[in-house]
Amino acid sequence: MALALQTFSTVKDANAALKAAGTRYLGGGTLVVRAANEGDVSVSGFVRSTEPSLSAITVSGGKVSIGASVTMAAIARHRDLAPLARAARAVGGPAIRNMATVGGNLFAPAPYGDFTVALLALDASVSTNGGDLPIETFLATRESHHAIITAVGFSLPLEGGFRFLKVSRVKPKGVSVLSIATVLEQAPDGTVSSARIALGCMADRPMRAKAAENALLGRKLTSDGIAPALAVASEGTSPVTDPIASAWYRNEVLPVHLGRLLLA
Amino acid sequence: MAKVPVQFTLNGAEKAEFIDSGTTLLNTLRDKIGDTSPKGGCHQGTCGACSVIINGELRLSCLTLAETCNGAAITTTSGLSEGGVLHPLQRAFLDAFATQCGFCTPGMIMAAKVLLDQTPNPSREDVVEALSGNICRCTGYEPIIQAVLTAARSNSQNAA
Ligand SMILES: Cc1cc2nc3c(=O)[nH]c(=O)nc-3n(C[C@H](O)[C@H](O)[C@H](O)COP(=O)(O)OP(=O)(O)OC[C@H]3O[C@@H](n4cnc5c(N)ncnc54)[C@H](O)[C@@H]3O)c2cc1C
Ligand code: FES
Ligand code: FES
Repeated sequence: MALALQTFSTVKDANAALKAAGTRYLGGGTLVVRAANEGDVSVSGFVRSTEPSLSAITVSGGKVSIGASVTMAAIARHRDLAPLARAARAVGGPAIRNMATVGGNLFAPAPYGDFTVALLALDASVSTNGGDLPIETFLATRESHHAIITAVGFSLPLEGGFRFLKVSRVKPKGVSVLSIATVLEQAPDGTVSSARIALGCMADRPMRAKAAENALLGRKLTSDGIAPALAVASEGTSPVTDPIASAWYRNEVLPVHLGRLLLA
Repeated sequence: MAKVPVQFTLNGAEKAEFIDSGTTLLNTLRDKIGDTSPKGGCHQGTCGACSVIINGELRLSCLTLAETCNGAAITTTSGLSEGGVLHPLQRAFLDAFATQCGFCTPGMIMAAKVLLDQTPNPSREDVVEALSGNICRCTGYEPIIQAVLTAARSNSQNAA
């Protein structure tokens, strides 16, 4: 059965329409139309907004704002977002990337949400008409979140400071076994002065590897230097088990891939 | 439920239809307009058989609501041949045995067309990447990759 779509020129009006039971915001539709096609009866109607700000990317003074309707393909080809291109290209195949939005990725359950892993490492803020939320707070409460996300914002990482890795079995496009994003700063002597490590597929939504972050501080990015961080990489994880990999497997290979990323 | 109007160009021709709100572009093209070149393989975004080109970009018509295409220019594989002469990609697919059951073929050709429009001389890697969202259960992919590379070569010879 077809589900009615309501289109509004402003986010405000779309937010009001979303108050009706059973309505879901329509981003690129790669998850929510798929759910409807599969017969998900919890969806009874779609709401979207065509407000132009939702499709805008602004980069100024090292600060980035990406509108929620911006697609992975638009991020991947944006000159000023080159450090993030790898993470945007990690999402699906070419057609999916032309449709998949940043806003939708924030809600994608594991094994999806690769771009959100990058946003978590970047300590992004998630904006609505009602204000901004730190991404960690947003992720922890996203089920109860009904307001339209308008944009995500973050500081552009220093040259070489951001790293991203997606591990999948099918090349070049496959669903994640896991994904990892790191934002590291190093002191002049090469020791790590700050570290944020975000993991995908290691829980039902992207999470931080806080024990590994702490264990990296003051260490050099050498095999010996990162060993304590790898030893605690799986602390606090509760990976998903799905047709791609078991929870056990994901925990086993996490330190291997984190090690490769840190030494790259 | 009241019908809603949709209007777009399909392979250069103006189309206007009344549809049920929320109908996918795939169902609109196939059931309303009668263009059955996009195929419904999975309706989940995973097979690529429903791929079409919307305003120059490859999209999955099974996950696209027709109403979001108002005013758009849509290309499907049925619009490629001109005056009964096959498009170079169609010719190359036939010559290279890149089509067996043919179910994936229109989607593969759409993905390949977007690639060649943007990258006239692609590498093998570019072709693999461009087709990575399209599944074929028959050919083993190699003949498809070769067909796309052949079509690219014949395009550049014609252009020279
Ligand atoms: C074949 C296939 C392969 C895929 N591969 C990957 C992959 O490799 N990596 C990956 O991360 N994902 C993948 N995905 C999942 C998905 O495509 C992406 O996560 C995508 O970013 C979701 O965005 P969307 O705009 O399509 O979301 P939609 O389907 O439009 O929305 C998803 C959810 O988010 C909500 N939502 C969307 N936008 C907003 C907003 N602005 N405000 C509030 N709520 C909102 C919707 O209501 C819905 O509940 C894949 C999907 C398919 C079908
Ligand atoms: S039918 Fe659209 S991707 Fe399979
Ligand atoms: S030719 Fe049969 S699926 Fe590709």
